[in-house]
Amino acid sequence: MSLTREDVTYVANLARLEFSEDEVTALAEQLGAVLNYAEALSGLDTSKIKATEHVLAVQNVFREDEIKSCLTNEEALANAPESEAGCFKVPRVME
Amino acid sequence: MEYEIVIGMEIHIELGTKTKIFCSCPTEFGQDENTHTCPVCLGMPGVLPVLNEKVVEYATRAGLALNCEIAHFSKMDRKNYFYPDLPKAYQTSQFDLPICTGGVVGIEVDGVKKDIGITRIHIEEDAGKLLHESADGTLLDVNRCGVPLIEIVTEPDLRSAEEARAFAEKVRNILEYTGVSDCKMEQGSMRFDVNLSIREKGCQVLGTRTEMKNLNSFRALIRAVQYESKRQIIELKKGRTIIQETRKWDDTKGTSSSLRSKEEAHDYRYFPEPDLVPIVLEPDYIEKIKSALPELPEAKKQRYIDEYKLPEYDAGVLTTTGVTARFFEDAVALYNEPKQISNWMMVEIPPLLKENELSMENISIAPAQLVALLKLVKNNEISGNTGKEVLKEMFSTGKNPGDIVKEKGLAQMSDSGELEAIIEKIVSDNPKSVEDIGAGNEKAYGFLTGQVMKATKGKANAQVANEIIRAVVAKHLA
Repeated sequence: MSLTREDVTYVANLARLEFSEDEVTALAEQLGAVLNYAEALSGLDTSKIKATEHVLAVQNVFREDEIKSCLTNEEALANAPESEAGCFKVPRVME
Repeated sequence: MEYEIVIGMEIHIELGTKTKIFCSCPTEFGQDENTHTCPVCLGMPGVLPVLNEKVVEYATRAGLALNCEIAHFSKMDRKNYFYPDLPKAYQTSQFDLPICTGGVVGIEVDGVKKDIGITRIHIEEDAGKLLHESADGTLLDVNRCGVPLIEIVTEPDLRSAEEARAFAEKVRNILEYTGVSDCKMEQGSMRFDVNLSIREKGCQVLGTRTEMKNLNSFRALIRAVQYESKRQIIELKKGRTIIQETRKWDDTKGTSSSLRSKEEAHDYRYFPEPDLVPIVLEPDYIEKIKSALPELPEAKKQRYIDEYKLPEYDAGVLTTTGVTARFFEDAVALYNEPKQISNWMMVEIPPLLKENELSMENISIAPAQLVALLKLVKNNEISGNTGKEVLKEMFSTGKNPGDIVKEKGLAQMSDSGELEAIIEKIVSDNPKSVEDIGAGNEKAYGFLTGQVMKATKGKANAQVANEIIRAVVAKHLA
C-alpha cells in the first residue's frame, strides 16, 4: 500500500500541520512504509477470530453521580495564554 | 411538478444528571464563567475520564421510552475536530456502537397518524460556550464542556415542518416524563439539527440534503424548515442543483446562509476512546430500568379517556407535560370531578400563568387549593364568575379560596329571605318593567335580574334570584 502526496496534505490539513514540498514527499514515503508494515497483518486468516472492538478487556467502569469540588476561576485560567472577563481568550472565530 | 420535502432530525438533549459525563463538576446552568471546571473537562493532558453511571442509566431509560433496542455492548469513541469550544480538540462520543438503536415514535398531524423511525441514540459530551463579546478575540466558557448529552437521530421519515414539530414535541414530552432531562429549550437543554432535501413526489431516491444546526426553539425549527424547503424548491425550479452543505439559521432575520460546503466538510477520524472502557449492559439491568419507567404520555392519555371519561382533547392537553398531568391527578385524587378540574386547568389557569410569568413547573397554587375553589363553585357558594376572580387572587397572593371569599365578602347570596327584601324593593322601584312583563315582554325580566346583580355586586345566586323575581312580579301583577 502506498501513500500519495495528496493523502499526506489532506491528513496534514486535518491536523493543522504545514509541510514543505520536500517534507510531503518524504512523509509520503515514510508513512507509506509504516502502512505497508501494518499491511502484513492482512495476510493472516482472521475469519475465526472475534473482532476487537476495544483494546481493553475491562468493562463498566463507572463513577457515582456525586458533585466534587471544582477549580476556582483563577485556577482554571492560570495557564491560559490570554484571558478576559473570566474566560479563556482565543483568536476570533467566525460565527 | 409536485415536490416532496424529506426531513431527518438530530436532537441533542442535555441529561439531568448532577455532575458532568466524565468528571464530578456540577452541570448547573447559568453559573459564573469557568467556575465549574476541573482538569478533566478542561482537557488537561494526563487526566483520566470516568463515565457517570447515571448517564448510562438515563440514556437506557430514554432509549426504552422511545422504543429502542438497548445495546448489550457499546463503547465511546473520539470525534476529532478543531474548534475552540472543545479544549481537547476532540469530542468524546459514540460512533459505530451506540447505546440505543432502532426506535420508533408515533406522531399525529391533522388527524393522520404516522410512525417516525429512530435510527440511533448515542451518548456524548457537550462543548463549551463561545462568547463573541470581546473586541479582538473570542471568549470561552468551559462550564458546559462535559455536560452529558444524548443525540437522537431519526430516519428521513418526516415530510413537513408540522411533522417535524409534532415529532420534536412528542420526544420532549416523553423525555420530560421519564425524568432524564428538563428539556428546557431556553437553557439549551434541547437543540435540533435538521437534514432536509427535496425530491419529486413518488421518487424513491433522496435528493441532495443540507443540514441546519442548533435550532433551539420549536418556532426556529418550523421557520427553518419552511425557509429551507422553499429555498431548495426555488433552486430546483430554476434548474439549479442543491449543494450539500451546512447552513446556519438566523432566527432574527428568518433566513439561512451557507456555513461550509461538503468540500470543507469534517473528516472526524473517529477511533475508539482508549481512556474509557466498553459499556456492557446485561438483560436484567435493562429489564430493571424498563419496569421502573413511568406511565408514558400515550398510555396516560388513554387512561384519562377510559378512567376519567374525559374527551380526547382534554386528555391530550392534560398529558402534554408530566407536571400538568401530576397536578391534574393530584387534584382528582382529592376531588372526583375530572371534567370540572380539566375545564379550569385548560381554560382558566393558562392565562393566569402567562399573566404571572409562571409555568406549570412553578405554579403558585397547589392542587388542593384549586380543588377547594371548585368545591365552592360546585356548591353554589360562589358563582363561576366569582370563582375566576378568586382564582386570580389566589395566583397573586397564594391565599386559600375560602379566605379570599370571606375577606372580600364574595359569598353568593342564596339566602332567599335576604334576596327577597332586595328584589321586593327593585320590583317596586321599577313599575314600568312589571307593566312590560304584564304586557307579555319577557325581556323585562333580564333588566330586573341585572338590577339585582348590581344591587348585590354580582353575588346573588342567579337561579335563586330569578325564581324570586318571577314570584314577586307575579304578586305585583295579581
